Amino acid sequence: MYGALWRVLPGAVWLKLLILLILLVAVLAACVTWVFPWAQEYVFPQDVTVTQ
Amino acid sequence: MVAEDALRLRPRAAKRHRVSVIGIIGELFISAGVLVLLFLGWQLWLNDLVVGNQQNKQASQLSQSWGKNEASAPVGPQRPDPGAPVVGVAPANAVSFATLIVPRFGADYQRPIAEGIGVVDVLNGRIGHYPGTQMPGAVGNVAIAGHRTTWGAPFTAINELQVGDSIYIETPDGWYKYIFRSLEFVQPTGVGVLDAVPQSPSTAPTDRLLTITSCNPKFSAAERFVAYSVFDTWYPRAGGAPAEIAGLTQAKAAG
Repeated sequence: MYGALWRVLPGAVWLKLLILLILLVAVLAACVTWVFPWAQEYVFPQDVTVTQ
Repeated sequence: MVAEDALRLRPRAAKRHRVSVIGIIGELFISAGVLVLLFLGWQLWLNDLVVGNQQNKQASQLSQSWGKNEASAPVGPQRPDPGAPVVGVAPANAVSFATLIVPRFGADYQRPIAEGIGVVDVLNGRIGHYPGTQMPGAVGNVAIAGHRTTWGAPFTAINELQVGDSIYIETPDGWYKYIFRSLEFVQPTGVGVLDAVPQSPSTAPTDRLLTITSCNPKFSAAERFVAYSVFDTWYPRAGGAPAEIAGLTQAKAAG
């Protein structure tokens, strides 16, 4: 999977690394912005109030 | 020479085109594992830090918007009797109306308090004030709730409170000082802690109380942690901030 990705990327090694870095940052940003806030509601129950 | 090169390259070329299902599944598992670790790091540390700082900043800005009187109130008998505390009116849902300052939680600890206990609109960014409970300074019970873990965790150190610790609520009118008195653990349905006289709904209130609820144990929602405090005095804004938290207000004026 990652081997295939490496072969698909164009250019020299430094360009491949640069593209990978940008991809990585994009994936992390998407996680922090959308995925993690959505997931946390299901992982840690965070009820702090008393209710009927 | 050429034939030799071709021979040497052939195994590599063959390997390149082989697609291994097990290999792909393995890489997916490794990726999932890394993702879970990243999530835990975000949930337990990074997001906590980011939201906590946001809350401190937000509280500081709120406090600044209410006036620039950063002088310390005189301590002891020189301080004039502030009289009965001024009691504000509860704002609309999700509107910030006060800040909470607890020296035991750190010298720079101040967090915004908003009306309502909605998880997404209030509690994930601020401390929430139970609608229908009293406002700061009033006779009866001021009930507030906040996260103990994650989302800035305003009450992460609630179990470190010691009897006699001061807890301040700052509003546009001034600073209300409460003294921490006792703890209680209740079921998530234990709404009796919100009564004007906690756990005694039919009694007419005479004391001014502050009740904080959070979750217990940490990272669980099995019980509720309840901290009761009793009103001590209040500091009208015109008279200056209490000396105990003057460092906070002076830092605020400088920054």
